[in-house]
Amino acid sequence: MSMLSLRDITVRFEPKGKPPVLALDDVSLDVANDTFSVIVGPSGCGKSTLLRLVAGLETPTSGRLELDGQPINGPSADRGMVFQSYTLFPWLTVRENVMFGPKLKGLSKSECEDIADDLIKAVHLDGFEKSYPKELSGGMRQRVALARALANDPRILLMDEPFGALDSQTRQMMQELLLDVWQSRRKTVLFITHDIDEAIFLGDEVHVMSARPGLIKQSLDINIPRPRHIDALTSPEFMDYKRTILSLMHDEAIKAEDAANQRKSA
Amino acid sequence: MWTRSLFSPKTDIDKGTYVTLSLISVAVILALWCLLTYGGITPRDFLAAPHEVVAAGIKRMANMSLFEHMWASLVVILSGFILASIFAVPIGILMGSFRAVQALIEPITGFMRYIPVSALIPLLILWIGIGIEQKIMVIFLGTFFQQLILISDVSARISKDLIDCAYTLGADRRRVVTRVLVPACMPGVMDNLRVTMGWAWTYLVVAELVAADTGLGYMILNAMRGLFTDVILLGVFTIGILGLITDFFFKWARRRLLPWSADF
Repeated sequence: MSMLSLRDITVRFEPKGKPPVLALDDVSLDVANDTFSVIVGPSGCGKSTLLRLVAGLETPTSGRLELDGQPINGPSADRGMVFQSYTLFPWLTVRENVMFGPKLKGLSKSECEDIADDLIKAVHLDGFEKSYPKELSGGMRQRVALARALANDPRILLMDEPFGALDSQTRQMMQELLLDVWQSRRKTVLFITHDIDEAIFLGDEVHVMSARPGLIKQSLDINIPRPRHIDALTSPEFMDYKRTILSLMHDEAIKAEDAANQRKSA
Repeated sequence: MWTRSLFSPKTDIDKGTYVTLSLISVAVILALWCLLTYGGITPRDFLAAPHEVVAAGIKRMANMSLFEHMWASLVVILSGFILASIFAVPIGILMGSFRAVQALIEPITGFMRYIPVSALIPLLILWIGIGIEQKIMVIFLGTFFQQLILISDVSARISKDLIDCAYTLGADRRRVVTRVLVPACMPGVMDNLRVTMGWAWTYLVVAELVAADTGLGYMILNAMRGLFTDVILLGVFTIGILGLITDFFFKWARRRLLPWSADF
């Protein structure tokens, strides 16, 4: 049974003095329990908007969003999110950052600390509990952000290009770490990226989005055995998936470019 | 070697060079002053010589009058500044993040910001008299509206992602304000309090323009009547030094209270 269900979601932005933009056009999507779902698409295709809808940070112009059969109404701790930008609270230490959610829930101090220390260990940051974010590298900050989102034990983990600002080596390391954590904790994940390799490497299923209007063009099941390691990136089946997604996205890029040129000449 | 050159922009120089350059600039001013006065280029009642200022300082420290003036001015400055900050910090933070508060307050601050405080003195005298309240009010009006704009800017620049992130961690609106927006503003608030503290000092003479009988501003104005340039300069130096001390205090307090914020 699908735990997250999006039905006929349309989002229309109407910026002042500009023609309205159809950011999402009649998108439907189901995410099953414990699945790692990835949405891949070019920039501006509305994939971030889609994630923000699930987070409850935005509301659709029309359509239905449900989590476990309950309509989504605003943000809540059962939908944790990791952002692309660094969003650690700089005035809190690593441990205090991870404790932020549990503390809001009213758990006791020792419970919060247990949760935090456990997760800090899971993202290999033990020893940095008392560090402030300014002392951490970009990759470390995103690991804390992941731990912090998991500390609430959310029903679904939303990730909006969380490794987008990292260099490629760190990014690869973070992907493997994320899979480790996901495998041991079994979470439902909805992950957004524009990086095709990242999408295939991480996902059980990959949804390819098109731009303007944003809609899901095709969904693929990724049948690469887990646990996946770096050599999966060069396997023949990986290449097959990549070829398929690349050609889907290539058509899209050309269409988007044409549309942009038409708008300019109009 | 050229990466360490004095002439490449945004390049660090070593501490010794820094201190030497700073001392040179002070020494040049002092030398110029000595040249003008001891060299007989300017008449003495136009510009007092260094030793005369020192003598004036020693005399007024011996009879404690300099300290009385300092204390009187400090009370006025700090009362006005603290009063302004107590209101400006919370209102400014709300103004920068809530459009409704901004809509309510911006027209007034936008207008008041351009009014010279001295223009309001006649009204202040009429409304609250010529006591210390009037002087404190001058400092208050001089700093409050500037603080409001600066702090509202700080608050407006807090990243929306930080706020959204707190929502997804289960915070409600009230906690987003108290646990995220307010602490996130603190470094910017401290920096701008430090800047406006400097401005508060510059209002001192204006504040002590009317019916003062003590204070550094009064001391300077009083000395003007007799062209006692040594006392005027003494007052100027004292204000400058007190200003430097408050500036150091703010820097120290920022490092002490906000160790987590990026170094500046």
